[in-house]
Formats: sequence, C-alpha cells, structure tokens
Amino acid sequence: MAPPAALSEPASETLADAFPAIGDYALIGNCRTAALVSREGAIEWLCLPTFSSPSLFAAVLDRRAGRFSVAAKGVTSITREYVDDTNVLQTTFQTPSGRMRLTDCFTLAALTATQLYPEHEILRRVECLEGEVEVDVLFEPRFDYGRARHTFANRGRLGWALTHCPFGALVLSDIALAPDGDAARLRGSARLKAGEERWVMLAYDRNEAVVVPPLGAAASERLAHTIDWWKRWSARCRYDGPHADMVRRSILALKLMTCSTTGAVVAAPTTSLPEEAQGPRNWDYRFCWIRDSAFVLHAFLSLGFLDEAEAFLEWLLHATRLTWQRFQVMYDIFGETRLDEHELPYLTGYRGARPVRIGNAAHGQLQLDIYGELLATVAAYADAGGALDASECRMLAGVGERLFKLWRCPDQGIWETRSGPRHHTFSKAMCWVAFDCLRALGERFPIPIERARLDAACDEIRSDVEAHGYDTELDSYVAYYGSRASDASLLLLARYGYAKPGEARMESTFRYIAKTLTRNGLILRYSDAAHFDGVAGGENSFGPCNFWGPNISPMPATRRKRRSCWSDCADRRTTWASSPRSLPSRTPLPWGIFRRPSRT
Amino acid sequence: MTQTAGEIIRILIWGFAATAALSAVMFGAQRMGYSRLSFPFLIGTMFTGERSAANAAGLMAYLLGGWLFAFVYYFIFAMVGHAGWLLGLGIGAAHGLVLLVMLLPMLPHLHPRMASEYQGPGGQRTLQPPGFLALNYGYRTPLTTILAHAIYGAILGAQITLY
Repeated sequence: MAPPAALSEPASETLADAFPAIGDYALIGNCRTAALVSREGAIEWLCLPTFSSPSLFAAVLDRRAGRFSVAAKGVTSITREYVDDTNVLQTTFQTPSGRMRLTDCFTLAALTATQLYPEHEILRRVECLEGEVEVDVLFEPRFDYGRARHTFANRGRLGWALTHCPFGALVLSDIALAPDGDAARLRGSARLKAGEERWVMLAYDRNEAVVVPPLGAAASERLAHTIDWWKRWSARCRYDGPHADMVRRSILALKLMTCSTTGAVVAAPTTSLPEEAQGPRNWDYRFCWIRDSAFVLHAFLSLGFLDEAEAFLEWLLHATRLTWQRFQVMYDIFGETRLDEHELPYLTGYRGARPVRIGNAAHGQLQLDIYGELLATVAAYADAGGALDASECRMLAGVGERLFKLWRCPDQGIWETRSGPRHHTFSKAMCWVAFDCLRALGERFPIPIERARLDAACDEIRSDVEAHGYDTELDSYVAYYGSRASDASLLLLARYGYAKPGEARMESTFRYIAKTLTRNGLILRYSDAAHFDGVAGGENSFGPCNFWGPNISPMPATRRKRRSCWSDCADRRTTWASSPRSLPSRTPLPWGIFRRPSRT
Repeated sequence: MTQTAGEIIRILIWGFAATAALSAVMFGAQRMGYSRLSFPFLIGTMFTGERSAANAAGLMAYLLGGWLFAFVYYFIFAMVGHAGWLLGLGIGAAHGLVLLVMLLPMLPHLHPRMASEYQGPGGQRTLQPPGFLALNYGYRTPLTTILAHAIYGAILGAQITLY
C-alpha cells in the first residue's frame, strides 16, 4: 500500500537510522498522555491529547512517522537518569569538545488564578555543562500516525504554529528554528558554551486558543514546580524493603499510566510494539483493562496510594454505565466501549514487525477472570480502609448477579486468545474468587445479595474446577477443561485465595508449569502459542509470570527462589520504564509493549 | 400586557434562542476540530487564569451579551423599518465579519492575558492571539464564525415583529 503523502517526503539523514531497542526508551508524561524519549534525545512516540488519541510522533513504529529531537552533535557517550524520584528525565551527552545535559518533562500546572497553562506542555532544557557543544533541534510532527500532512506558520516571537490540523500546537525555542526546505519539519542549531542554556517547548491545546508559556526564568519555575510535584507525590510511597529504588521507579511509571482527569489506568501508552522480532503479535494497549487496572491498584494500595484507588473505583462506577453489570474487558479512559481494531498497513512497524494496529478487537471478548480480579481489588481497597457507598454496594451486587448467569459460559480467558471460547480453569477459579470476595465484603458493607446464593455458587464452582480443571494423570491444573496444556496464570490461584500456598495440588502444578513452560530460566505464558491462542508467531517469556511462581509456596527454598527471581528480573528490566512485558527467553533484548509492571 | 412589554418579552425569548443557536454552532465547530475560537474562553480569561472558572464565567457573560445584542438587532430592524430572516441573516453575517476583521485582531491590545507575535509571551500574557480573521484558531474559523452569527441574525429577523 502506498504511504500517505506525509510519509513520502525525502528522508532526512536522521530518518534512515535504526530503531533503538525498546528498552532504551524512557517515559515521560503528565497523567493524561505520555511520550517515549530515545537515548539520543528524540521523542519518538506521543499521542495527543490523551493516551489513545492519534499520534503526533510515531518514529518508534516507522522512522518516517515523526519525531522531536534535541541532541548534541558528535556525541561520544550518553548517560541518562531521572531527577531523583520524579518523572523528569535528564540525558547527558558527552562530545569531544564538551558536555551537554538535556532535561525533558511534561510540565504540571501550578493551579493559580492568575496564570494560564496549556493543556499539554513538553519542556526541554538544554544546558552546556563543560566546554562547548553544538546542539541540533529537529521538530518533525506527523499527525494521525503519519496520515495527515502539516504545514508550519511563523508566529513571530510566539514560535511556529502547526496549521491544517484539528488542534492548536506551537513550538517555541530560543534556538532559531526554520523550515527545512519544502519538508514539513523545523530545524535549528546553536553552539553553547559552559553555563549557557536554551529551551525548546511544545504547547498544545485541543479546542481553544493555545497558551504559550514564556521561556527563560518562567520556564525554570515551571520545571522546578514539576520536579517538586513529583517529589511530593513519590514521598507518599511507604515501601521500605529490598529493591526500594526499583519499587519507587515502578510506582512512578505506574502513575504515568493513570489518567488524572478520569481515574482510569491504561495498560500501556503504546501500540504495536511486538512481542518478538518481526512477529505479528502487535496489539494496541492504550486502553483501560479491568484486570490490569486491578493489578495496578493492588500495587498502589500496598504502597499507600489510596487516592489513586479511589479515583479508579469512581471511574469504574461511572465509565462502565454503558455496559452496566456486564463488564467489558477494556474501555478507553472515558468509558468508550467501541474500540474497533484497524491495521495501518503503510507503517513499517517497529523493526519490521507488522501489522501496526490501532484499537483492540479483544474488547468484545468474554473474559470471566476480570470479575475476580476486580472484586479482589475492591476487597483490598476495603482492607486498606476504603469505604463503599450505597451506589458502589449496588454496583457490586449487580456484578454478582451478572456473574451468577455467566460463570458457566466458556470464555477467552486471561490471555485474550483468539481461538474461540473455552472453559478456562483460571477463569472459573476467578469466578470463585469473585463470589468469595463478595461474601467477605458483604460482612462489612450492605451489599444487597444473599449469602446463601454466594455459598452455593462457590461450592459449585470449586467442584467444577477440581473435577474438570485438574488432570490427575499430569498431577496439575490445566489451562482449560479437557486439555493437557499448562498455563502460567494458574500460578496466581494461591495468591487470590482459591488455593492455599503449599497445597499439594498447587505445588505439583508449579512443578508442571516449571517443567513445561520454562525457557532459558524464564516462564512463558503457555506453550505452543499459535495453537493455544490462535495467532500466528511465537512469544518470548511474559515478564510478570516470573514473579508469580515463587509466591505459591511458604517453603524457605521457594522464598529463596523468589528473591533470586527478583534479582534476575531486576537485571533484565529496562532502566527507563519499569518492566517490559516480554523478557528475552530467545533473544538478548526485551520485547513487547512499553507498560507498567504487573502485580508481583 | 402592553404591546411594548410583549415585544420585550418576545425579544428576550428569541434573543435567548438565537444565542443558544449561535453558541451551539460555535461549540460544535470547536468540538469537531473546525475552529478553536471560543468567545467564552476569551472573555473569561480576561478575569481569571483558571480555565474552568474562565470558561464558566465567560459562558455566562457570553450568553448575557447575546441576549442584550438581541435588542441591538431590534433597533437595527426598527431603523431599517423591516424585519425578516434574510435581513437578519445579512446583519448577522456582517456582525460576524466585523468581529473577525476588527474586534478580534485588536484583542492583544485589550486582553490582559493575550500575547502578541511582536512581543512574545511574558508574565500573564500567554494566550495565542487570533490574528486576522482569527485564522490562528483554524482556517475554517471565519466560515464557522460568520455562519454562527448569520444563524443568530436569521432567527431574530424571523421572530422579531415591528409594529
């Protein structure tokens, strides 16, 4: 398919370069959207105004699809770090003639009655630390995944405006920018001496006049305010155990996935980062999965962030009205239910991994485990001191009523298989968890649902699972009724309380999963992926599974293994955004979506 | 009820309806990405830098202004000695054009939070100015603004009766 006109322009010398490793991207954001910044100082993924909006920069999926680069010339080495416990990123470029530091962030507005702030502002400060450094700026937007073509209009001292697009955006810098010939990109460069600094700023407003904040001292204030905000937020973390730095960095990454305006939590800010090299398993994760959000809220609750849990429950209550009592697998951050999947065949995909998809066809699937995960989260929220009001109690009762009707149905399971519905053992067990949590919650809150019905459902489900979901010949729970397939999600049964840690059936299931799903020391979700889930291609290890196994046993040897697993995964993680989804069991690089860490 | 009182009530009712229609077209154009011109936002930010408060206050002022402008239209119809939807449409279109050509380009000199392309942003002055025909807020802005005001005028022209 011929590419859109915006992607047909002559490539600049920087457009032809290789894709960075996924693990080399750092994440910045403002809890409404997020951007990926490459090691070389280029923003290569940004959707505006929200996570699932069309992209403005998408070079991570196609080197022609837009980027915003600020980098030193003649770089010999690059180091990066976040400013203390914040999501403000600093990249230091060493050149033969000097050293330069680039500070990147989305600014967070100080709410005052006097000062206007743009809807989104990306602020980039360049400081020369030593010697002399020449800095290059390249601003090359390609809106709507490269389908729309922009032009620029010079707005004098207000910078350059993007025109012919359905939003307002201005890029302002004290480095002189100018159009690069006929191409729809701006370029600029400057030579800085030690102690000098420059600013580059992108301001965005969707529906109103763009607010263009000043550079210089005012920009320094905004940057300082942003750093201060993040420090105050992360100071609320009450974790003080092993790997505290990793835990704080992970919770900061998780916070970037939350939507401050609605309370929703997206699974990832990206789409179509492949699960293996050139593989077709490239999905759009920029939505709010009930299951994954429940995992995240467990993390927030356990670290002392009750506000985020309350906001999510509020979102859940209001956003799911359209599918009342029947939860859809995923929603967008505003509760939109139609997330139709489309392919963008003109994009090359990350390192050739096609197709690039937007939307997610799994939104229409039945996945019964989400009810268990959701109610387990509500129970954890209540355990942490959260209260449920009358409408929330009615909502939970409605969920229970719905589940009475649904739990016997086959579903697509936790892994969103596309090979047709089955009776997944984990899904059934999570229905038991859902009813069990309702029993526990019913003792503390006035949930209008009969206890006897919950007891009966729990008994019936347990009998069903133990009779059909456990293979006595294999001595293991199996992925779905009547199969011999193993499934790493079964490791979670003990964590959710369906089985007791150390129970014989769990120990033997752990051994079976370890035997059948371990590749190079890491655990796959399931074996024979194409047959199991109905999608061509294979998979690497699914990162979170590696934390699940050691949880099921109270034995000292397993606890030692758990600590070892932590360290192993810590070694394999990307420094820049907690954990990648897929750890490399076959290749030396992490793959998969750029996402929050799952529950550990 | 006297004839004058009845006419005032009629102007108030249809002034409100015309303002609502004008606002609907302007907001619709904003939400559909045709234009970023928001009179409530521009009016409200004259008084506060807090977006929500600015939009709320600006909307109230804008609706009140639209209501009062219905009386201006009445006097124009009275001066012409004739009222009708076509005349109203023309007056409304002219009204929109005057806003675009004269009033909005002057805003950087009048608005305490509006920057200018000559001086750049500074202090509280951070709002992008509308520019000629408010084209800075989207190239369809002249069209949607004139259309909205023409509809406003047409409604008033059709409903106002001269005695």
